[in-house]
Amino acid sequence: MSELSRREFLGTTAAGIVGSSAIPAPDVVANQSPPAPVSAPRTAIRLIVNGRERDVEVEDRWTLAEMLRDHLQLTGTKVGCDRGECGACTVLLDGAPIYSCSYLAVWAASRSVETVEGLAAGAQLHPVQQAFIDHDAPQGGFCTSGQLMSAKALLAATPRPTADQARAALTGNLCRCSNYNHYVEAVVAAGASSSIVPESGRGDGQ
Amino acid sequence: MADTPREPYVGRAMKRVEDPRLLQGIATYVDDLRLTGTLHAAFVRSPYAHARITRISTAAAKAAPGVVGVFVASDVNQACGIVPCAADMPNLKNPQHRALADGRVYFVGHAVAVVIARDAYTARDAALLVDVDYEPLPVVTDPEAAIKPGSPLTHPDLGTNVAFEWSMSTGDDAELERLFKSADRVIRQRMVHQRLTPVAIEPRGCVASYHRGEQSLTLWTSTQIPHLVRTLLPGMIGVPENKIRIVTPEVGGGFGSKLNVYIEEALCSHLAMRLHAPVKWIETRRENMSATIHGRDQIGDYEVAVKNDGTLLAIKSRTIADIGSYPQLLTPAVPTLTGLMLTGCYKYKAMRMDVTGVYTNKMSTDAYRGAGRPEATYLIERMADIVANELRMDPIRFRQMNSPTSSDFPFATACGLSYDSGDYHAALAKARRLARWNELLDTRARARKDGKLFGVGVSTYVEICALGPSKAMSAGGWEWGCVRIEFSGKATVITGSTPHGQGQETSFAQIAADRLGLPIEDVVVLHGDTNVSHYGRDTYGSRATVLGGTAIVMCIDKILAKTRTLAAHLLEVKPGDLTFEGGRFSANGKSLGWEDLAPAAYVAKNIPPGFEPGLEASSFFEPENFTFPFGTHIAAVEIDRETGETRIVKYVAVDDCGPQINPLLVAGQVQGGIAHSIGQVLFERTVYDEQGQLITGELMDYPLPRAHDIPEYVLGSTVTPSPSNPMGIKGVGEAGTIGATPTIANAVMDALYPLGVRHLDLPLTPEKIWRAIHLGEDDRGGARIPEADRSAPRYTTADVGEGALEVGNV
Amino acid sequence: MISAPFDYHRPSSLAEALSLLARHGDDARVLAGGHSLVPAMKLRLAEPRVLVDLSRVAELRGISEKDGRIVIGAMTTHAELASSSFLAAKCPLLTETAPQIGDIQVRNKGTIGGSLAHADPAADWPPVALALDAEMEVAGPSGSRMIAAAGFFTDIMQTALRPGEVLRAIRVRPTGPSVAYVKTEQKASGFALCGVAVVVDRAANRVSVAITGIAATPFRASQVERALEGGPLTAERIGEAARVAAAGAQLLSDMHGSADYRAHLAQVNVRRAIVRASART
Repeated sequence: MSELSRREFLGTTAAGIVGSSAIPAPDVVANQSPPAPVSAPRTAIRLIVNGRERDVEVEDRWTLAEMLRDHLQLTGTKVGCDRGECGACTVLLDGAPIYSCSYLAVWAASRSVETVEGLAAGAQLHPVQQAFIDHDAPQGGFCTSGQLMSAKALLAATPRPTADQARAALTGNLCRCSNYNHYVEAVVAAGASSSIVPESGRGDGQ
Repeated sequence: MADTPREPYVGRAMKRVEDPRLLQGIATYVDDLRLTGTLHAAFVRSPYAHARITRISTAAAKAAPGVVGVFVASDVNQACGIVPCAADMPNLKNPQHRALADGRVYFVGHAVAVVIARDAYTARDAALLVDVDYEPLPVVTDPEAAIKPGSPLTHPDLGTNVAFEWSMSTGDDAELERLFKSADRVIRQRMVHQRLTPVAIEPRGCVASYHRGEQSLTLWTSTQIPHLVRTLLPGMIGVPENKIRIVTPEVGGGFGSKLNVYIEEALCSHLAMRLHAPVKWIETRRENMSATIHGRDQIGDYEVAVKNDGTLLAIKSRTIADIGSYPQLLTPAVPTLTGLMLTGCYKYKAMRMDVTGVYTNKMSTDAYRGAGRPEATYLIERMADIVANELRMDPIRFRQMNSPTSSDFPFATACGLSYDSGDYHAALAKARRLARWNELLDTRARARKDGKLFGVGVSTYVEICALGPSKAMSAGGWEWGCVRIEFSGKATVITGSTPHGQGQETSFAQIAADRLGLPIEDVVVLHGDTNVSHYGRDTYGSRATVLGGTAIVMCIDKILAKTRTLAAHLLEVKPGDLTFEGGRFSANGKSLGWEDLAPAAYVAKNIPPGFEPGLEASSFFEPENFTFPFGTHIAAVEIDRETGETRIVKYVAVDDCGPQINPLLVAGQVQGGIAHSIGQVLFERTVYDEQGQLITGELMDYPLPRAHDIPEYVLGSTVTPSPSNPMGIKGVGEAGTIGATPTIANAVMDALYPLGVRHLDLPLTPEKIWRAIHLGEDDRGGARIPEADRSAPRYTTADVGEGALEVGNV
Repeated sequence: MISAPFDYHRPSSLAEALSLLARHGDDARVLAGGHSLVPAMKLRLAEPRVLVDLSRVAELRGISEKDGRIVIGAMTTHAELASSSFLAAKCPLLTETAPQIGDIQVRNKGTIGGSLAHADPAADWPPVALALDAEMEVAGPSGSRMIAAAGFFTDIMQTALRPGEVLRAIRVRPTGPSVAYVKTEQKASGFALCGVAVVVDRAANRVSVAITGIAATPFRASQVERALEGGPLTAERIGEAARVAAAGAQLLSDMHGSADYRAHLAQVNVRRAIVRASART
């Protein structure tokens, strides 16, 4: 087999855990998908979102990101790639970071979801939020919610992370403004419970 | 009000006022807008790079429940006009770029139809029901093959794939040829600047809403240029400019990819008018990779004439610019910026650049962070190393002897520009100091002795920023601002710049608070809504702080002059007797602050004769010249000899962007820029196959730098004010990207130098390096370094001092 | 991007899952961690009518020991494997490999069974299963059966699982500490451009080597293993043996790595992995 890219792997098969006949290659030229049903099946779920119990009737095909954004109006969770590559949609599920764009909403039944909206306690910012301000972490801000959630999970497991641990924890969160070093500094500082602003940029800081 | 003098805000590492909303998930991006009754758009796009559309069947999609309409070219193109190209390029052959593909598609991702439905889910489902038959046509993908006789044509009706030919030279080509003839050596190198995908993490998107009563259109769009969109959209959709309001909510990254007017903006606007409902479109990542502009994509053949003592004489470039299928807003201008900066920071006597813009069946290229200048700096700084190597000179000494000293400014370049100010040698010396240069060379020597591939790289760069004087810009190069002291004495600053992550809500507040003597909390900066910020030329080309900031300074000067007359009147003194400090006008022991003066100006019961009520001023700042920030970057890399993987072990950047308003923001811009270069040098590239299929259509195939790819940076600066604006500032948004690409590339090539590798094109992927090491495969770069030269030390520890090394002239 | 509609089932027992699969036949797909299937559905590259979600089937989760074998439920996540101190002591190749899979977000949801059954030719678990001589415990309409890892990966994204069968658990023998997983990533996806799993069995004086990412299926580098049979694991012998790492493989080639480069990486990573494994005692 040659000249086969990952894109084509996905294009030619998308197997689950079961062995079954291969899915035919998509015919992008003349699409032969059947018409969509009038209404997609739904399931009623109960879950905790940012500490509050919520009952939601979800379409089974909704992702958690769609449920949060489109149906609970929690738009702080961002969708950047919609396929589990960029990390903008990262939320905590029972405390663990996951890509909410690749996570079906129905899976979240009876579970606890934390989003960026749940970080601050009223007007009191979470230490990691304050550290992000102190270290000029965000620029465009679109990836920031995801960075924060990954950082929070790290700090919960490793209260005083090293820079390397912070870097590793943020690896699933792309930032095209690429202020990665400021993010890392912020996470380390949040762990050290310090909100000291560096005197200037790095280096000799003229 | 500050009664005691405080440290100025300008120059301090102030925390960003933008951050709290971004960090709590309560900032509003386009996709976060919720307008009642919104309809949702989904596009049907071509899977072919070039094909004839033989049939489009929309019946099934139209019949789907929840679908409001399906529109093809014949339904909307007349009403949506032609996508504008604003770059001045006299002989540009411009195919009519319309909203939807009409009869033919010209690239993968070309929009063929748009489905409008009650919700995004239905729109997406129904888009798959639109049945399009295509008859594939010959595809043009290689721009060099495209200009050979007999090539298939991207746009058959144009009769050629050449979009434009453009040349610039020092003026006297005979002199250029004389310099080449008199040279001791002419050194040639071909370089490929690979195509890149900008990949803002927030995709594009827009919401259009039409008010039938007012006959006015509001378009919320994720753009860098709301004002240019407002200027250009009327020509497309027919709504007059004074009935259009463009709003840019929060924008999650642009990097040039949102410096454009796109078909989706015109289509959503038109359909909102036509369907009497708001129309929203949010780009998918696949659309973003295939139908938002790409960057770079030049192939250049470069020739440098040089004397044996190292004196640079002249440079020539023949460049092919792959512009893709259509010119977008600034497409043809990008290679012209390369031309303007072709001589970099060197005292070339003459230059010539010939550019051929070529149509291919790919997405358009346009301005991506740096836009033409990274290409220039990369080629000039790679050539500097290649030339120094061939002359067996220390590349640093070579750079110093050929660059102007601080007393040479303003420095007239062979490209016809006047560099405003600079001290290139000081930046170089400082970078060497921060890099612990001598230790670094020791480390390299030890590593090489141990059989490791270790390299150091240097780049001295200069960039052209603060674009720019209107005479050089097709749509005006000024910037607008407005400052209002409100009744309460607090200040509202409105800028025509459109920050989208750069932090000007903070830095402009710093400027205004200092000059008005207000606490920074009392200053609010507004932007990004053309009903608030009436005029502007927006954010690109590292222009916002220099031009937008200066416009605000001008407004404040006007307000202070006006307020002085009011204060004098109220205090019954002469205006000239007043001092202004800490936000108060004082004379004879009496003083008035903004909280006194602003109400007086608005109540207007006791004002001097001829005094216009209110305290508001607006200004257009027209710069006389560009600015020319500069700096020196140094990198050290180690290459895994077995796998070809490169690790950056040290990175030092010394940038001079003039006085820094906020060093924290400067550091952020520089860091981000360097990261874009790390991506370009080591792994990023946009790949189309021979059939014009986009192979890098998603993030599984297009690598972006991640947290673990970024080394610790050592950042430093020098400060050389620009004479072209009152604050002396120069701009910094693209500096990192412009300085870093050749630095890292030079470091990798230095590591490979002992193996005789002369040049490799970017990206320097592990496989490419492995091939160069183990299989002896150079890129098309030609000759290997002669055996005898490979053990030359190249860099020396010679002290370069702070000042200049003057070397004999031609 | 939104998936096409489907009927969603979340059985709470394996029996229920099997009966759903039997009832819906080819229309049904099993959903494990979803990191491959959910994006494919959203891109409309997969449009199953029925999804059978195994996330609430308790008997498919967890790590245990039975009859001298370590039994790992198919729905155990990469993160659970990474953090298992039991596995770190009993089968450290699993705890070394798990943190090298994807990102934290992927590891928290993705499962070992999903990865093995998906049989992506660049996945990390398949070579580990091969090097450990794992047995796949499969449940189907007609009962359970065991499939040896060596016979499990039949072609690119194809396994020996039959329609209606579910991968229930992976069984492996405990090993000593002399193991290693060495991987070169495809930069964009994080999948393996070349990954090598090695188990050095000191008692049997035997080395197991398996490679992923360079061919349509992961495979045991049997020529390398034979070359190392019997003698001591000297640097010289390891280096010599590694030269045949990719011998006979039908190599993949794409823009992320040519066949030549993958073959070369196989040699380098095989050598590095054996050296690393043999240094661990």
